[in-house]
Amino acid sequence: MGERQAVAFEFERVTVLRAGRRVLDEVTAGIPAAGITVVSGPSGAGKTTLLRLCNRLAVPDAGRVRYRGQPLDELDPLVLRRRVGMVFQRPAPFPGSVADNLAVARPDVGAAELGTALKRVALDPGLLGQEARTLSGGELQRMCLARTLVTQPETLLLDEPTSALDEQPKRVFEDTARDLAAQGITLIWVTHDDAQAARVADRIYELRDGHLTGTPTEEAKP
Amino acid sequence: MSTPVGWAGLAVSLLLVAVAAGISWWQQLGLHRQIVIAAARALAQLLLVGVALTLVISPGRPIWWSWLWVAAMLGYAATVARRRAPEVPHLLPLALASFTAAAVVTLGVLFGLHVFPLTGRTLVPIAGMMVGNSMTATVLAGRRLTDELRDKRDEVEARLALGQPSRQAAAPYVRAALRAALSPQIETTKATGLVFLPGAMTGLILAGTAPLQAVLVQAVVMFLVLAATATTTVVIALGLIRRLFTPDHRLVHLPTPADH
Repeated sequence: MGERQAVAFEFERVTVLRAGRRVLDEVTAGIPAAGITVVSGPSGAGKTTLLRLCNRLAVPDAGRVRYRGQPLDELDPLVLRRRVGMVFQRPAPFPGSVADNLAVARPDVGAAELGTALKRVALDPGLLGQEARTLSGGELQRMCLARTLVTQPETLLLDEPTSALDEQPKRVFEDTARDLAAQGITLIWVTHDDAQAARVADRIYELRDGHLTGTPTEEAKP
Repeated sequence: MSTPVGWAGLAVSLLLVAVAAGISWWQQLGLHRQIVIAAARALAQLLLVGVALTLVISPGRPIWWSWLWVAAMLGYAATVARRRAPEVPHLLPLALASFTAAAVVTLGVLFGLHVFPLTGRTLVPIAGMMVGNSMTATVLAGRRLTDELRDKRDEVEARLALGQPSRQAAAPYVRAALRAALSPQIETTKATGLVFLPGAMTGLILAGTAPLQAVLVQAVVMFLVLAATATTTVVIALGLIRRLFTPDHRLVHLPTPADH
């Protein structure tokens, strides 16, 4: 691997419209590659939209997003999505066992690697044979995280992944995420939970009224 | 072949309509007017089609008149499918494409391999059976696939986010839609002969054809319908996938049926 660049995502006057409303309004910002960047803000502020731009589940109406220097629209979206994994707010288990779920992205993967993926998210590899839909909420969300890790992503997008979890499983998820960041994975974590943001973030940006504040780029603007 | 029903016979059969209307009147259902109108309308439509068909498939008439009739049926069926399932995007061109594909496959086998001689008298009714059944299957498959992708958007996007191409991400939902659209036809095929006598066979027997001969024709018609529904639904499903996902593998916004 080449030398790691300091910025993971750069937004260049990015605008997203939904039903005539500017969900993102000429956002210009950079998200560093190191550690955990939290994007906070009230519901409906466009946090999810911002994340979805990063793996091209959505595209901007104007402006440009770059990933590690390359414009997203010049990258193969299928390759990009393996480099930039995503965990959604509501876990979406696929039919079948935990192993079936983990193997969706890489059907050729061996049982040993699947077990390792579960260990990385603090789940027992003994769960591999279990029906995914019988897991608890916290286990299910961590299984979804493990499912993403199987593609060996450099970056993880976390869209309020613990919003439906109780305090204890929420803390387990946070610890897991911190471990992954320590292993060199870039994390961009969307949350409206200020206490959680304070616990996990290396830096916090705020998205409000379509503008991202708190970023070095924004602060440098006149 | 002489037809067993003449105009007098038809007039007498109107007694049966009178029975239905009478039951409505006796039980105060308020349906007798509708029954009479429906019967009259059906008779008028059938007579009109009968006259048109006589013109189109009469001996000596060039076969392209029959092909024109088939093309008109395809077009009309596509507009009916579109009207029945307005929530399915781009259904009109897709239905046209799928009916055409089904026509090529089924008519190709039946006429290309000389199961039937290619005449107006065989082409028009066979194409009619094919289009009628394909239309129902089209609506079922299109509606089911659109519903699946809209209702399971979270799951579909989770698959896309793992780097699956749209065709692969949609595959489980395509399978569900195809099964839903084909199952009724398979059930009907299984029950044929035991539970009910199908229309084509009944018509042939009434018109004086030997029962075994009628059975052979009916079997061919059933296989035609099976192939037609399978072809139609697979073309609809694969065509829809191309339109419901963008070239860069994103699922487009799918409005709920209530929005229409």
